[in-house]
Amino acid sequence: MEVLFALAIGVLAGSGVWLLLRPRTFQVIVGLGLLSYAVNLFIFGMGRLTIGRAPIVVAEQGIDAALHADPVPQALVLTAIVIGFATTALLLVVLLAARGLTGTDHVDGRESR
Amino acid sequence: MSLVLIVLLPFLGSLCAAFLPSNARNAEAWLALGCALACTLLTVQLYPTIAAGGVVDIVLPWLAQAGLDFHLRMDGFAWLFTLLVSLMGALVVIYARYYLSPADPVPRFFSFLLAFMGSMLGIVLSGNLIQLVVFWELTSFSSFMLIAYWYHRVDARHGARMALTMTAAGGFCLLAGVIMLGTMAGSYDLERVLAAGDIVRAHPWYPAMLGLLLLGALTKSAQFPFHFWLPHAMAAPTPVSAYLHSATMVKAGVFLLARLWPVLAGTDLWFALVCGAGLASLLIGAAAALFQRDMKGVLAYSTVSHLGLITLLLGMNSRLALVAAVFHMLNHATFKATLFMAAGIVDHETGTRDLRPLSGLARAMPITATVATVAAAAMAGVPLLNGFLSKEMFFAETMFAGEGPLLRLGLPAIATLAGAFSVAYSLRLIHQVFFGPPAGHLPRTPHEPTRWMLLPSLLLVAACLLVGIFPARTIGPLLALGVQAILGVATPAYSLVVWHGFTVPFVMSLLAFAGGISLYLLRYFLGQRATGQAPLRAPLDGRRAFDIAIVALHRIAERMVRFASSRRLQPQLFTIVCVAFAVGAIPIVARGLTRGAAPPTPVDPAYVLIWFVGCACAIGAAVQAKFHRLAALILLGGAGLYTAFTFAWFSAPDLALTQIAVEVVTLVLLLLGLRWLPRRVEIDDPDRRTRVARIRRARDLVVAVVIGAGLAALSFAMLTRSPVPGIARFFLEHALPDGGGHNVVNVILVDFRGFDTLGEITVVSIVAVTVYALLRRFRPAPESMALPRAQREAAAATELRDFDPQAPLPRGDLMVPAVLVRLLLPMAGLVAVYLLLRGHDAPGGGFVGGLVMATALITQYMVGGAMWVEWRMRVHPQYWVALGLTAAGGAGMLAWVAGRPFLTSLGADITLPMIGSVHAASVLLFDVGVYLVVIGATSLMLIALAHQSFRTPREPFARDRAEG
Repeated sequence: MEVLFALAIGVLAGSGVWLLLRPRTFQVIVGLGLLSYAVNLFIFGMGRLTIGRAPIVVAEQGIDAALHADPVPQALVLTAIVIGFATTALLLVVLLAARGLTGTDHVDGRESR
Repeated sequence: MSLVLIVLLPFLGSLCAAFLPSNARNAEAWLALGCALACTLLTVQLYPTIAAGGVVDIVLPWLAQAGLDFHLRMDGFAWLFTLLVSLMGALVVIYARYYLSPADPVPRFFSFLLAFMGSMLGIVLSGNLIQLVVFWELTSFSSFMLIAYWYHRVDARHGARMALTMTAAGGFCLLAGVIMLGTMAGSYDLERVLAAGDIVRAHPWYPAMLGLLLLGALTKSAQFPFHFWLPHAMAAPTPVSAYLHSATMVKAGVFLLARLWPVLAGTDLWFALVCGAGLASLLIGAAAALFQRDMKGVLAYSTVSHLGLITLLLGMNSRLALVAAVFHMLNHATFKATLFMAAGIVDHETGTRDLRPLSGLARAMPITATVATVAAAAMAGVPLLNGFLSKEMFFAETMFAGEGPLLRLGLPAIATLAGAFSVAYSLRLIHQVFFGPPAGHLPRTPHEPTRWMLLPSLLLVAACLLVGIFPARTIGPLLALGVQAILGVATPAYSLVVWHGFTVPFVMSLLAFAGGISLYLLRYFLGQRATGQAPLRAPLDGRRAFDIAIVALHRIAERMVRFASSRRLQPQLFTIVCVAFAVGAIPIVARGLTRGAAPPTPVDPAYVLIWFVGCACAIGAAVQAKFHRLAALILLGGAGLYTAFTFAWFSAPDLALTQIAVEVVTLVLLLLGLRWLPRRVEIDDPDRRTRVARIRRARDLVVAVVIGAGLAALSFAMLTRSPVPGIARFFLEHALPDGGGHNVVNVILVDFRGFDTLGEITVVSIVAVTVYALLRRFRPAPESMALPRAQREAAAATELRDFDPQAPLPRGDLMVPAVLVRLLLPMAGLVAVYLLLRGHDAPGGGFVGGLVMATALITQYMVGGAMWVEWRMRVHPQYWVALGLTAAGGAGMLAWVAGRPFLTSLGADITLPMIGSVHAASVLLFDVGVYLVVIGATSLMLIALAHQSFRTPREPFARDRAEG
């Protein structure tokens, strides 16, 4: 599973970087979306992969840290997901405004020669 | 306490002055005068303490670890300067009240003048060297603002820029020097530095430190080779020139040299550098003053020369010379300020300061003429005036300063020569302006100014006379106070009497008078060749050097910017990506990357299938994003679903829920944006055809693959290692007993790390408001204004344009979904609240609940259309955001009521009728705040974007675009 998880991060990040370097604004937005998936998965992976051990403690079982996944990366990623949406919206609006003002959807506001 | 008041009062006054109406000349003047007089009185009232040899001290601890405290310290020397600054301030304020014309905006003037006074008092009273530098820079800044007071004039702007560049650059050197000095002495505290003289002088850093400190002091005091900014600063209003550029600010440099004299002086290096700069300024300033056309120009160069004299005295390594230097600082302030005021009066009453048309003004303005003549005589060093006394002391010192015959004879000779120049330019100034035949064509008819405008200069001239005639009884005790504060027990014996007998200095004075008078006569009869330029000016022209240096600096900077940066985004992103990769790769290359030893998790075929789909979606999105945006968007959603699924698979239910909900709103968001992007067709794309483009694509592909592979390898190496025991254990063990929640992730978000979450929802709110604000000004490109084809056809079929708000359902193809969506809203609301409430103990929480609710809202818009929805239900997302932030912040502040720190969670079991015992906690209120912010922010952004469909382009703009 670790191999698959790592490869998924690689594929998402690679596709994201490729799109990030493209000239059209929509490509950059999609690229940032893919890159943020990769980064979120990477941070989440810091807690290692555990199956069926959600960080929800039950008093009857007694509190044993070994029974649960690491909650810290999860808490970090949760807010990152929401903030990621907000910044995507901001970027989209900025790019739309730029397109309205410059008449092109090139990232530099004008077509390259 | 009174020390704090002395520094604080002018700043407070400055603040008040800034807010008075722009024509409140009298109110401003009274305010400024009040501040200056209050400072003077506070200073005078401290006299008994200081005279008894005491030091008034006040320390407000600040960064004690870094040796930085707010430390005000007044000894005799500081007292003397405080008195000088505040008293001069009061006189200049009176003068300025009558000098400024009714058209000048007074608040700006008095505000900065008071700010300057406060900063200058701060320099004088600083007991900490770093603090001194801060006030030092503040004086540079207020000087800049005051020189540029008439900013519509080119010379004012240019002069202000030059003064700021020079003094601020010097201030920067000073800061470096002071930090070195503080390190050498072991403290920035002035007293401890003063006590560490021997250590400092023997230290190997001494030369570098001295060089830096002198750069600061000499630029501030306009000493050669940095003197050229001072004449250009004369574009300032004359009260400013009188106050800042002759009496006080330019004295800051020599003040600092005198202040640190016990620490720094006594070495050959000090002698060479300080004496050299002083001597050069003394001569060059005096010679240049003789050739100026502008009255203020003469005075500016003579200021350079007199400050050179003071610097020279300080550099002589002699205690008697120090006494003379302090004495001359005071004398120069009195007579030079008087002369500036007189020049200002002449300018004010005749309309010009040019020496050539001016002549014979003594008839029209006898009092001004008398005042100016006496002050000029003091400047020239005529007996029975204060300038004479310090000049005699100076002459006497020059005989003993140097070693070797060259210095022993040369120094007195140069001093006498400079004295002769001084006599000549004083004579020229007075004779040309006030005597001779009456002037012909002047812009205004000259007459005496109002009495109040004359009062300050009259008082100063009286001081010149009193000090000149009764030195021992007037200035004697004050001077002794200042000198003893610097030298302590080592103060030498000196005598302040007018007549020392027929001594060598007196002979030098006589020679200087004779030389000066003959110089002037020679120049007078050789013709009025006042070119405004001194001979030998070209090789010593600091201003040209300054201009050339500035232009060169600009050019180099431009070239570097062009070399190192790009306006294009792609190279920038490419650099960022590559640098980030390199930074990540360096430790891996250095240490190697190996597989960890932890046992692998068994592979599940179902996950492999989903993994495959997810990766295919990611690559597909990358390929399709250019020409098939909708497909790319769907594929992006597929990758997002894979991510959510992965979270769910690996024990992160909260993340999975949030990711799915965010996926939905992101999809809607990008869909709304798609309409405003231009069509792009795969055939006929110029980006693909050229060879450069193909190479670039190949390069980017390699970069993307390498980064992806690197990240995958890094992730794999990390995942196969056993986890390091971190803070996870703490959260898991304390969530239930201390946080009262079973869901540890939620407890971390709303309780343990509540402050982070508060910050995050604030960011989300700000972004939402920014999106809203940006879209208010949004102008779409004209070609995307037309309705999309599907909508056009639907409109044609159902007369959608005849919008009927009363209809129970929106018309169109989506009638059945509209019914379902309306039924969905209350149920979605219920689910959202359920997720919110159970969040503390089970997967859910404010973030997910808010996103679900926002999705339900936005679905109404998508199916029913914005107009139809808003006709029925006013949605005010901005209120929700505000309410949410208030709730979250209020939940944090509840803790204050209980006397606990911000955001401490409070809880109580409450028994409600019908429901029974309920655990009410402040964290629930906090989570409700998160919930409201997420609903509000998400729907605010999406609705604002949806509203763009109602836009029409501005007419002229649309026409421009169509034509262009």
